[in-house]
Amino acid sequence: MAKHHITATVNGDPVEFLCETEDTLLDCLRDQLGLTGTKEGCATGDCGACSVTVDGRLVCSCLMLGVEAQGKPIATIEGMANGEELHPLQRKFLEHAALQCGVCTPGFLIAAKALLERSPDPTEIEVRYWLAGNLCRCTGYDKIVRAVLDAAAEMRGA
Amino acid sequence: MQEKAKEKPASGFKWVGTRAPRPDGVDKVTGRARFGADFAMQGQLVGKVLRSPHPHARIRSIDVSAAARLPGVKAIVTRDDFKDQPSEFIPAGEMMINYRDVVRNLMAREKALYEGHPVAAVAATTAAIAKQALKLIKVDYEVLPHVIDVVEAMQPGAPILHEDMITAGVEPAPNTPSNVAKRVYVGQGDVAAGFKQADVIVEREFTTKPVHQGYIEPHACVASVSEDGQAELWGTTQGQWIVRAHCARVLGWDISKIRVTSSEIGGGFGGKTVVYLEPIALALARKARRPVKMTMTREEVFRASGPTSGAHMRVKIGARKDGRIVAAEAELRYQAGAFAGSPVQPGAMCAFAPYDLANVSVTGWDVVTNRPKVAAYRAPGAPISEFAVESVIDELATRLGLDPIELRLKNAAKEGTRAAYGPKFGPVGLVETLEAAKAHAHWKTPLGRNQGRGVASGFWFNIGGETSVSMSLNEDGTLSLTAGTPDIGGSRAALVMMAAEELGVDLDKIRIQIGDTGQLGYNFLTGGSRATFSSGMATVEAAREVKKEACRRAAKLWELPEDAVEYTGGAVRPAGPNAGGHAPMTLEDIAGIAGKTGGPIAGYARINAHGAAPSFATHIADVEVDPETGRVTVLRYTAIQDAGRAIHPAYVEGQYQGGVAQGIGWALNEEYIYGDDGRLQNPGFLDYRVPVASDLPMIDTVIVEVPNPRHPYGVRGVGETPIVPPMAAIANAVEQATGIRFTDLPMSPPRVLAALDEARAAERAKI
Amino acid sequence: MRYEAPNTIDQAVALLAGEPGEARVLAGGTDLLVQLRTDLIEPVLLVDIKGIPELRQIKEEGGGFRVGAAVTGAELKEHPKLKSVWPGVVEAANLIGSTQIQGRASMGGNLCNGSPAADSVPALIAAGARASIVGPNGRRDLPVEDVMLAPRKLALTKGEIVASFLLPARPARTGDAYLRFIPRTEMDIAVVGCGVCLTLDAGGTCTAARVSLGAVAPRPLLVADAARALIGSKVDDAALKKLDAAARAACQPIDDKRGTREYRIKVAGVLARRAALIALERARKA
Repeated sequence: MAKHHITATVNGDPVEFLCETEDTLLDCLRDQLGLTGTKEGCATGDCGACSVTVDGRLVCSCLMLGVEAQGKPIATIEGMANGEELHPLQRKFLEHAALQCGVCTPGFLIAAKALLERSPDPTEIEVRYWLAGNLCRCTGYDKIVRAVLDAAAEMRGA
Repeated sequence: MQEKAKEKPASGFKWVGTRAPRPDGVDKVTGRARFGADFAMQGQLVGKVLRSPHPHARIRSIDVSAAARLPGVKAIVTRDDFKDQPSEFIPAGEMMINYRDVVRNLMAREKALYEGHPVAAVAATTAAIAKQALKLIKVDYEVLPHVIDVVEAMQPGAPILHEDMITAGVEPAPNTPSNVAKRVYVGQGDVAAGFKQADVIVEREFTTKPVHQGYIEPHACVASVSEDGQAELWGTTQGQWIVRAHCARVLGWDISKIRVTSSEIGGGFGGKTVVYLEPIALALARKARRPVKMTMTREEVFRASGPTSGAHMRVKIGARKDGRIVAAEAELRYQAGAFAGSPVQPGAMCAFAPYDLANVSVTGWDVVTNRPKVAAYRAPGAPISEFAVESVIDELATRLGLDPIELRLKNAAKEGTRAAYGPKFGPVGLVETLEAAKAHAHWKTPLGRNQGRGVASGFWFNIGGETSVSMSLNEDGTLSLTAGTPDIGGSRAALVMMAAEELGVDLDKIRIQIGDTGQLGYNFLTGGSRATFSSGMATVEAAREVKKEACRRAAKLWELPEDAVEYTGGAVRPAGPNAGGHAPMTLEDIAGIAGKTGGPIAGYARINAHGAAPSFATHIADVEVDPETGRVTVLRYTAIQDAGRAIHPAYVEGQYQGGVAQGIGWALNEEYIYGDDGRLQNPGFLDYRVPVASDLPMIDTVIVEVPNPRHPYGVRGVGETPIVPPMAAIANAVEQATGIRFTDLPMSPPRVLAALDEARAAERAKI
Repeated sequence: MRYEAPNTIDQAVALLAGEPGEARVLAGGTDLLVQLRTDLIEPVLLVDIKGIPELRQIKEEGGGFRVGAAVTGAELKEHPKLKSVWPGVVEAANLIGSTQIQGRASMGGNLCNGSPAADSVPALIAAGARASIVGPNGRRDLPVEDVMLAPRKLALTKGEIVASFLLPARPARTGDAYLRFIPRTEMDIAVVGCGVCLTLDAGGTCTAARVSLGAVAPRPLLVADAARALIGSKVDDAALKKLDAAARAACQPIDDKRGTREYRIKVAGVLARRAALIALERARKA
């Protein structure tokens, strides 16, 4: 069977790739497009390390097929910084030491960005529940939550 | 991109004690950092492993012919591709290993000993073809009865895993094989006499289940072997030199032929100190004459990489009514999985270590079962035994009518205490952590209905070990620092800070990399809380060598004797009354004259770091128990631990918080669930329940500093102790909330509710 | 494996009916992709229904709402009116998995995946929702409680798809609620789920009720006895005690890695009481 030829937009740039029906968007991002910032932790949607946004919507890329990306705008961790300028969330994660091994960090940053776009002034509980789909085994989440709340404050100009 | 340090440095220091930016930070928040699966080589093949579906079976034959004929399959390996190894136990950090078992664990030989045990592996041009090829491999299994429970495995008549396993450490040695690999003993004094003096004795039995380290990054590697046998391996590991050693041994290659580069590592916690895929990938790459990439799925990680032991324990402690403990005894039965080597020895060593006891007796049993072989998990063995001990201490406090912190203070280990496992402690900080707990606001805050507060202490001894570090002065005065301990939690930052402190230069003048096995002398792995301690010690030594050499060069230039030159305030200066008025030379200046004064300047430290000192902790946990569902919610948690000196406070706090989160998971919801068929039912993050962000409160930390006099900056390893107290702290809190002492982990809702209902029924029966 | 993305429901039906081998509907994919990966299913055709406008819309109808079967949990939550009219249903859909899952998962998928533990189904049943089904022989509709027959077994014939759910007009003084029990706070499959919808008269007496339980039987249950415990009462302690007992009596649960029989039975009673109290609160304010 011939592969699917998919055209989409990733981080604002037009991309194209070939994939089989069963290849996930995660597989395509990493193996076809060389964007390895998005990670595979479980491939069953239970850990959030593969988080991206599609059409502005936070999803697990391991639970989307590559073919479903046809024509869609996708945002990955590689597009989060603005040139040399890090996004406030990225800066705050560094400032608060909200990462240790760093493998879950891209997923958390994408998820947190999606939260703050919808809810610029979340409570601690709201942050924790929004991020419940992102597993971290190193930090115990404390510094991650603080970094997100601090970034939210900065982005509000508070 | 320099950020301002946010905290005043420890007194007298410019960098040590501040929250300096970490060198690998930007790469990790932008997705640039490369982890094990993020690397690819031109023309690489995909490798996949065929695993036993049976927990115990003799392998009569393996027929790979149909798989080999499948187009796209380039290599297949089985037990025949790895050299059998004689039995020999070698120390490997905190655990012992035996290469005869290593080669069998990585690829089954006579028997499959657990569901998931590798039986063959294939390299093919695509993942789909590799998967298909696995289906074509015919394995003739003779299925055998299996045993997965540690107590059952010790019974006579249990299915025997290794027909030559005669229990070591027992006199006289048994004359029939069993599943008991060895008996260990740690003790001092006379417990029988001790118990006679006790006014109160508490004796309890405990069980814990195997739990997985739970690193988010699965095992992954890429291997390439050239036609002349030079091999390269990229992969996620806590120890590149260990991987190299294991691969060389089981493949029968010279160590120098293999070069191992560690990627960034997405969590290890001890689980990545052993090899699983690496020798297989190398063997396939050699056969196929092409690079081979192998990754484990999450399911494979659970089925086939080492969890830590489950255990069955009995603990008995006796005390006088003034609170002085007079005797302490424990029997520990730890499950090793399919091959010998549970952490029962360190478990026995740590069990009573927080206390100054004359009479201690701990007997430990290392028992094999048809489950994946256990691997180290953060303070291996200690969280298990200390859960039991700290629970009994708590019960003892109640029976004596003493505050649980007071009871611990009355018996706390101090400088000069002789631990039952041998050494006399130097300065240690247990008392300081207990006093800090007593004084903390958390200890005094009132509680509500169905809520309870628990406290527990913990200990881990930490290690040093072989370490090599190299520091080069570059032509422009900047420095390149190469260390060999993979950075799991921020140790790179601490090393740069110590180097900057030594040299009196700005942090951004030093660039650090973690070297591969071709770039440095031997480094023992990252584990045992040794990276900041050992690589730190070596970094300091290397920096001091650079300073010394810089002084020698300036002395040459200034035509002064070497003792008339010193390095202070970030520059080489003349020293002493006869030195004359030479302008100070910075490292940039020195670099400029290096060539003409003797050549490149570098410091190279190769040490076996000694002087690692233990880290004690005391934790306080508040819980609420829903009386109708049995669900336990952690409301508040404070972790107080002695770091010796916190080089980078934020990363020390991070270690405390991370260990606490793992301990909470272990206490409440994490466990391997097996069916009677010996197969794992929850090999995924859906039903293997690690804590999620909404499960936990903020985790408050207090860093106590009782400096370790044997480290140039007073550092104690901190990474492992944090996981030791939480299970008992939570169990003690639940006891306060419900009146019920839970001795079996995890305290999952069905178990808690069943116990609550039983207690309520008993109450009603009384009335 | 082929992939098709039709734009109309008739095209989708034709593809599914016309495929002799195994064909699967792809909506959010959050269950399907996991099953594909683990080789639980090996379809030869995937029919992606997300390009069919009818299945992706929420429209007011007959005083209630017609919700397309492929509308995501996140979209349900963002709809300006739905959450205030049927909060229990919206909350249930948003308990499925994580934020990432809710970005894709749909109630149609949740129902048709055929798991007795599906979170949105007891809430839909309690609300009295009906499923609109389209197939090669035309349209029909079924109460949601009749769609699932047993684990992975639906009352749909080859080629039929659930196209939408009709949530009825909410009578005055009616409130709905859904609660589930899981060991953690998020991310687990329901050990027990309970949806309750109740209507009060002006005097505060319950005149109508529907109680549904999930994860305690081979399919989600509509428990008539539990409803009877509430109807005619003021939803006081006595009524709640009867409700608890009726909920427990209706359970036919299994022991599995997520919960034991005894545990599920006990917690079913507890959740029924607690959900009823939330529904009561909402009914009083409505």
